[in-house]
Amino acid sequence: MSPKALKALEPASTDPAFIRNFCIIAHIDHGKSTLADRMLQITGVVSDRDMRAQYLDRMDIERERGITIKSQAVRMPWALDGQSYALNMIDTPGHVDFTYEVSRSLAACEGAILLVDAAQGIEAQTLANLYLALDNDLTIIPVLNKIDLPAADPEKYAKEIAGLIGGRPEDVLRVSGKTGMGVEELLDLVVRTIPAPVGDPKAPARAMIFDSVYDSYRGVITYVRMIDGSMSPREKVMMMSTKSTHELLEIGVSAPEPTPTKGLGVGEVGYLITGVKDVRLSKVGDTVTNFAKPATVALKGYAEPKPMVFSGLYPIDGSDYPVLREALDKLKLSDAALVYEPETSVALGFGFRCGFLGLLHLEIVTERLEREFGLDLIATAPSVIYEVTTDDKKTVTVTNPSEFPGGKIASVSEPVVKASILTPKDYVGTVMELCQGRRGTMQGMEYVGEDRVELHYTMPLGEIVFDFFDHLKSRTQGYASLDYEPVGEQEADLVKVDILLQGEAVDAFSAIVHRDKAYAYGVLMTERLKKLIPRQQFEVPIQAAIGARIIARESISAMRKDVLAKCYGGDITRKRKLLEKQKEGKKRMKMVGRVEVPQEAFIAALSGDTEKKEKK
Amino acid sequence: MPSALPLADPAPLDGTLPASAAIGAAERNFGVYVHVPFCRVRCGYCDFNTYTSDELRGAKRTDYAGQAIAEMALGRQILERAGLPPRPASTVFFGGGTPTMLPVTDLAAMLAAVRDTWGLAEGAEVTTEANPDSVDADYLLALAAAGFTRVSFGMQSAVPHVLATLERTHDPERVPLVVEWARAAGLSVSLDLIYGTPGESLEDWRASLEHALAQHPDHLSAYSLIVEDGTKLARQIRRGEVAQPDEDLQADMYELADELLEASGYGWYEVSNWSRPAGVADGALPTVGASAADQRSRHNLAYWQGHDWWGVGPGAHSHVGGVRWWNVKHPAAYAERILAGNSPAAGRETLDEETRRVERVLLRTRIRDGLAVSELPAPARTAVAGLIGDGLVDGAAALRGTIRLTLRGRLLADAVVRRLLDE
Repeated sequence: MSPKALKALEPASTDPAFIRNFCIIAHIDHGKSTLADRMLQITGVVSDRDMRAQYLDRMDIERERGITIKSQAVRMPWALDGQSYALNMIDTPGHVDFTYEVSRSLAACEGAILLVDAAQGIEAQTLANLYLALDNDLTIIPVLNKIDLPAADPEKYAKEIAGLIGGRPEDVLRVSGKTGMGVEELLDLVVRTIPAPVGDPKAPARAMIFDSVYDSYRGVITYVRMIDGSMSPREKVMMMSTKSTHELLEIGVSAPEPTPTKGLGVGEVGYLITGVKDVRLSKVGDTVTNFAKPATVALKGYAEPKPMVFSGLYPIDGSDYPVLREALDKLKLSDAALVYEPETSVALGFGFRCGFLGLLHLEIVTERLEREFGLDLIATAPSVIYEVTTDDKKTVTVTNPSEFPGGKIASVSEPVVKASILTPKDYVGTVMELCQGRRGTMQGMEYVGEDRVELHYTMPLGEIVFDFFDHLKSRTQGYASLDYEPVGEQEADLVKVDILLQGEAVDAFSAIVHRDKAYAYGVLMTERLKKLIPRQQFEVPIQAAIGARIIARESISAMRKDVLAKCYGGDITRKRKLLEKQKEGKKRMKMVGRVEVPQEAFIAALSGDTEKKEKK
Repeated sequence: MPSALPLADPAPLDGTLPASAAIGAAERNFGVYVHVPFCRVRCGYCDFNTYTSDELRGAKRTDYAGQAIAEMALGRQILERAGLPPRPASTVFFGGGTPTMLPVTDLAAMLAAVRDTWGLAEGAEVTTEANPDSVDADYLLALAAAGFTRVSFGMQSAVPHVLATLERTHDPERVPLVVEWARAAGLSVSLDLIYGTPGESLEDWRASLEHALAQHPDHLSAYSLIVEDGTKLARQIRRGEVAQPDEDLQADMYELADELLEASGYGWYEVSNWSRPAGVADGALPTVGASAADQRSRHNLAYWQGHDWWGVGPGAHSHVGGVRWWNVKHPAAYAERILAGNSPAAGRETLDEETRRVERVLLRTRIRDGLAVSELPAPARTAVAGLIGDGLVDGAAALRGTIRLTLRGRLLADAVVRRLLDE
């Protein structure tokens, strides 16, 4: 029997009984995109000729990093025992920064493929997403991928998975996305085990937005899962959270190229185009309904995206500021979670304070700004949101150390996360040490399989955003994985450490840190700057201070010699050119008081490049 | 001379100068520099335009004097054509390379040609550089007889290991001898020293200074070693075979030189040059000769004061009335141009008003006579206050209207210039 459906089911008139909506939960690099590609090929929606690696990942960055940032949905035909089915595969983002988006994608499905690398086993983020999937009552199909790899150990990891979700190890399907082995059986299993969607076709239309993508040609493309009722082209729809109304210019399914249809019915997954240009008008998690016959109750689970991590972005060339503003305005159209407002730094000039979902989000946005808009940027050290209460009972929200109030502070509260770290058992000690050093409180630990341990900590988010992940990776030789979710706030003894050059605070280097770590931060930054700032005509003290109290100090001795001894045989031209070159060099300097600081010093000091160089 | 020529406009083949070069010429002195691009060996630190016999590619040392003399004749025509008044040379300087690699008759012939072509001013200063091991008593007597008034010996150091690093071949013991002979010939004597050579300690430097001072030269130059790209020394440093010169130690060495020289009655008149006696009247032109009261090198000062000079020879630089040009570098290319009756100039630049102003600040700041405060635009005059405050400019001299660097200021002269020009 040909596995391909002889006759694909027509969208808008598909009986929900023959629809299967599922997603794939996997860690970065565990082969989700490759498996998805193979499914597209086997079901015939993408011809072998058009196949390109990671078909579904659109953005360059996604393809390069092999990760999915934006989810997509594809409708694939499949046949089993003579019956045609429509399979909707919803590709979910795989990173902790996008937990909310993941949860919405999961809410659009009845089942999930738990995809695990047969050579590596399950990772923390996968575990986190698995919890989310179970929480959404999804049917889980456990699958081990990459069984063609020599290092694959399917027996071991099948046992590990069975230990986690129940069932027998031998029920864990073994596939290879690369060779296609086992993929047909997997599709059959999707049809057999994942429940068909259930909804009320007569009820007012309710569709849940699980993704919203900006396309420069077509405006915002909104991906939805129909829960109740149906939608058809040209009808007027309403977003229930904003009450904004739009006309459906196009409605269709991805197969995987957008294909217009007569509409979408109960249980179906597809896209809507309304001509809207800003993803903020089409928010993930929101419910779309019919304007004329609206639903009264929105689908649950909608939440406004909430930035957790903040950083100042500054153009290296100050004249690029308008370009940066324009770039952010454009990026915002496709990234509803990105927030920003203008900010001025004495040291770095004009820039923007930007809020991100997490560190990866920050990295992706910075990289897109640099790549897609040709900008050279400096990002200040990431910060989180602090609530600072002064002695006179005023509360200030601080997302930038420069907003930290002076004077007497009654209390400071900081965001706390629940962090889960999955690590080979040999590294448990070193990971615990790291977490302890980051003010983590251990909540428990459990074995996952024979030789891996999941550690649970509550930890200040501020500690995680400051190079925690780098340390975790380097201390475990890359084996540990991390997941975290916000669990509230706590009061802590936090102080602002300023870095002063010749008595003048350099705002870009100020940081909010725990009092116990203030000294270490002060020493780190003063030492870094001593290495990075060239000698001046005068001695430059570099100090770290909490308020007026100096906690660390270095000094750059004055430059004593800056003169060319002679003028070679009257070659004045050469000497003048040298002067011009020096003057040109000075233009790239930022003045902090009287101290000339090269732009590169700021970048290096903020990125910690000095230490990395030394290690080489 | 640097290893690379500046980027600029091409020079016309007949060397014609723009008419602007003649403006104000009567107020400027005229000097002649003769470059002699030959050395017996190339020293590891040197990137001057000089060639050992292996590197000459067919050019002959014996032909050189004749070519230089031909350039002088061409130069005279060019200056006349541009409308410059005839001016006798106030100073003549033979540099290199090693001018004394040539037979003394060649040097005498070239000096005679200067006299025949342009004339020598009354009391003209005529200098040649010399290696201590390339001259003897007869050579020096012959120089004096030909009309030379001054000899500048490349002593560099008195410490054998420093000389070895520099790859200088002379025996330090020879310096007192050649100085004695030069004196006996009636020549004014200058010694050139280099400090900051890798491996040279402050005490080594002190020994060199004391050794130099014991010869009672009339004039002394002290240049910090600069590691030029493309030299053997630069390669040795890059490979880690030789330590990078330490700028702080070089500063200590400069301060030590100034201290010892001042204590022995010498005074600085340019950042790297000292002469006897100290404290000659500011602004007055020095008189000439071994017995003269003022031993500053007028040729050297002319570079910083913006006078005119014709640079003869391969790679030589010239300046006439705001036009700067430089000759082709290789002796073979030079010979070809001269033989064809063409100008040997490779490139040139005509300075605009702003560039001339910048150069004036750049050049005059380096000399003790200094730059008149009145020449600075208003914002730069404000910068002077800061420079006095930082101890880089002499406050008392500034009040009298002259920017004069302090000892610390001399060591940071380039930074001072940048601040004066930073508008």
